Amino acid sequence: MHSKAPLGLKVAAGAGLLFLHLPILLIFVYAFTTEDKSYQWPPPGLTLKWFAVTWNRSDVWEALTLSLKVASISTVIAMVLGTLCAAAVARSSFFGRETVSLLVILPIALPGIITGISLRSAFNLADIPFSFWTIVLGHATFCIVVVYNNAVARFRRTSGSLVEASLDLGATYFQTFRFIILPNIATALLAGGMLAFALSFDEVIVTTFTAGQQQTLPIWMLEELVRPRQRPVTNVVAMVVVLVTFLPILGAYYLTRGTDTVAGQSK
Amino acid sequence: MSEAVSLSGRASDTLWRRPRFLLALLLVPPVLWLGIVYLGSLFALLAQSFFSIDEFSGLINYELTLKTYKELFRPSNMDILLRTVAMASAVTVAAAIVAFPIAYYAARYAKGRWKAVFYLGVMLPLWSSYLVKVYSWKLILAKEGILNWLFETLHLSWLLQAYLSVPGIGGNSLSVSWTGTFLVFLYVWLPFMILPVQASLERVPATMLEASSDMGARPGQTFRYVLFPLALPGIVAGSIFTFSLTLGDYIIPQIVGTSARMIGQAVYQFQGTAGNIPLAAAFAVVPIVVMGVYLTISKRMGAFDAL
Amino acid sequence: METAVRFDAVSRIFGDVRAVDSVTLDVHEGEFFAMLGPSGSGKTTCLRLIAGFERPTSGDVNIFGQNSTNIPPYRRPVNTVFQDYALFPHLNVQDNVAYGLKISGVGKAERHRAADEILEMVALGGHSKRKPSELSGGQRQRVALARALVNKPRVLLLDEPLGALDLKLREQMQSELKALQRQLGVTFVFVTHDQGEALSMADRVAVFNDGKIQQLDAPQVLYYKPQTAFVADFVGSSNVLPPDMVARLTGRSVQASLRPEAISLSDTGLEGVVAEHSFLGANTRLKVDVSRTQISVLLPKGAQIPNDGDHVNLSWDAADLHVMAGDNE
Repeated sequence: MHSKAPLGLKVAAGAGLLFLHLPILLIFVYAFTTEDKSYQWPPPGLTLKWFAVTWNRSDVWEALTLSLKVASISTVIAMVLGTLCAAAVARSSFFGRETVSLLVILPIALPGIITGISLRSAFNLADIPFSFWTIVLGHATFCIVVVYNNAVARFRRTSGSLVEASLDLGATYFQTFRFIILPNIATALLAGGMLAFALSFDEVIVTTFTAGQQQTLPIWMLEELVRPRQRPVTNVVAMVVVLVTFLPILGAYYLTRGTDTVAGQSK
Repeated sequence: MSEAVSLSGRASDTLWRRPRFLLALLLVPPVLWLGIVYLGSLFALLAQSFFSIDEFSGLINYELTLKTYKELFRPSNMDILLRTVAMASAVTVAAAIVAFPIAYYAARYAKGRWKAVFYLGVMLPLWSSYLVKVYSWKLILAKEGILNWLFETLHLSWLLQAYLSVPGIGGNSLSVSWTGTFLVFLYVWLPFMILPVQASLERVPATMLEASSDMGARPGQTFRYVLFPLALPGIVAGSIFTFSLTLGDYIIPQIVGTSARMIGQAVYQFQGTAGNIPLAAAFAVVPIVVMGVYLTISKRMGAFDAL
Repeated sequence: METAVRFDAVSRIFGDVRAVDSVTLDVHEGEFFAMLGPSGSGKTTCLRLIAGFERPTSGDVNIFGQNSTNIPPYRRPVNTVFQDYALFPHLNVQDNVAYGLKISGVGKAERHRAADEILEMVALGGHSKRKPSELSGGQRQRVALARALVNKPRVLLLDEPLGALDLKLREQMQSELKALQRQLGVTFVFVTHDQGEALSMADRVAVFNDGKIQQLDAPQVLYYKPQTAFVADFVGSSNVLPPDMVARLTGRSVQASLRPEAISLSDTGLEGVVAEHSFLGANTRLKVDVSRTQISVLLPKGAQIPNDGDHVNLSWDAADLHVMAGDNE
């Protein structure tokens, strides 16, 4: 009986969605423009040549490789730590449970710059030189919450008596984990992992504090944004980044569709 | 059944006999990681804010002092703090206004396929690259960009010029004005507002709105006395993100905006080029305190249930 | 007869709640044993103590003479049918049933054959490849039963297994369960809050309240000779006459129970006023106010029904007035 929405609401909602998507679509057009000195609109012509140029840029490849490596390792660490934490919090009530969930959420609840400068000052005080691992340390920390949120939602939905049923039927804790728990949380973990990967792959605010002279792809882009030198190459990279991050997000959506929502999780 | 109890079997027995041990085993790795890496770093930061910098040598003086905090209250620094809080508030209010119709439509009217379209329509921009999103606005707001072109094509350039000449919000062009900064913030953080508002509206039963109009309330009254109070926890939950993220951002005002700094930029510059880590740390404590107060208030309002 | 399960002064304390309070009981091998009580009475915790999901705070749980304090669930010769069935959602019916066999190392072909065989027995042949989500409530219940029984447990624990079924299905499953138990000779320990279920199925019933056993007896004994007011009320909806009334009638100042159907209306006897009457089909129930106590009377079909407000006299056979020794509250 409420199938009809007021026209004003329809227009406002539609305009809001367009506002969210048009800027990203614009990037796709700019990747093909022939203009290489300014951000001229409309593009004077369209070309594919910038894709070839970008393909042959070793600095882009290096930054991309570093980003992929960091994202992979951070995701693995975050998946292990996030799952452990979710299992503990979802399964039992213990003193300090609230504190633990706050601790997990804190790295995204506080602005990224706080995490960044905190890590940097800790590295300074402890005399730790910047390296691949200093980047990973930061990324894994704020990725934990993404995996945690997905896993905790699934653990809560998975009836606690399943574990008891498995123990009852003769399985040890390890067998129960392998045959019952893992298959039931696998898709949630995978979804969490994909989102963590997307988050790490894209992160720039914390990374600027923990990378030193190393360039991840977002840092490469940031430099181009602050001091534009290679506008066409930046356009192409921006488009590729959008496409690369869409895949894990869509994957995570289809993995958790109809079971539990990934809403409310955030960077 | 007892002769060949394997090693894993015996380990499992121990876990059953000591459930607290199992819990500890699960908790220790993540808590250690977050405790050492994250909390440890936060304390390192906090400690730094109680040091000071020697004005002549530029070296850090490792004596506990409140001198650095006093510096925070210099007029130029207070400007930065107030400007940032004002921007964060403006962005939050605007995000709530823009987000509400989208969230309401998605929660009330979108069914089946459209529900998925709305959901992905918010999730994709939320998760897509932050830098790319900022970059797209650099393209949009550029002098030769699409927005100016649009105004020109519509013969409305005079309107844009008139707007840009308003002091405070205007500037030489949109890309170096406060309006520009504001637009980019709004765009980048908007999805963070939509999702929790939508979640809280999903929980409002349609019958409740019918009951309200049944009792003779006009749509405006239904919104004011029924819908808005019910959506408020979601709005507060969303504002935690929009406020906090704006408060700490240093990249957006650096790329689109005026030369006047915000907290994030100040922190970045003090710890980087200026090498004044204590002052940077003291600056960074401000968002922590502001967010602490904010989180406490929102918890009272029940916003955490809407997260 | 061997003792299947023995509780020796077992307590289980959660925080400051004594969920199970110094319970001592024996379950004989091969019997159908019911634990009856309202929710929170400790019956389910007792079941979980036998299964090994809980450990006693004090006291010992023995299973076939073996102290189980340090034996984890997966090494106990018991299996459980859970209240929510706890079927593994990612496995089909056959793999659910064969899970226990798989864990104990039975080969694939052999365990699938065994699973199909027992599914046949619970009338679910041909459903092997379905997922639990594709089954009805009654079918899930049977899968849960098959999954537990296929391991040939020496004790089968059933935690309110019929609670989620509708009335008709529940009655059907009651007789099936009882037949199954007779056929297999396995010891059943059955937890329920439904006194009808406990009385009709069990050989012996332990009535729980506040973590303690109120009475452990055969159903007939519980029904006709309740030892406490709680048992009289909870098990048989019996009248509990207060000590002063019993003193007037018999000279002894104790509580006594009196079954509603044992009372008839006559010209002499206990005087009272009819407060209300309700037609129950075969019988009519009267509520009669006698001083400060309301006494329930079940009149058979054909008896003359008085009007509300009428003065009536209640009488019964002296043997039906059952003095309760169990508590002096």
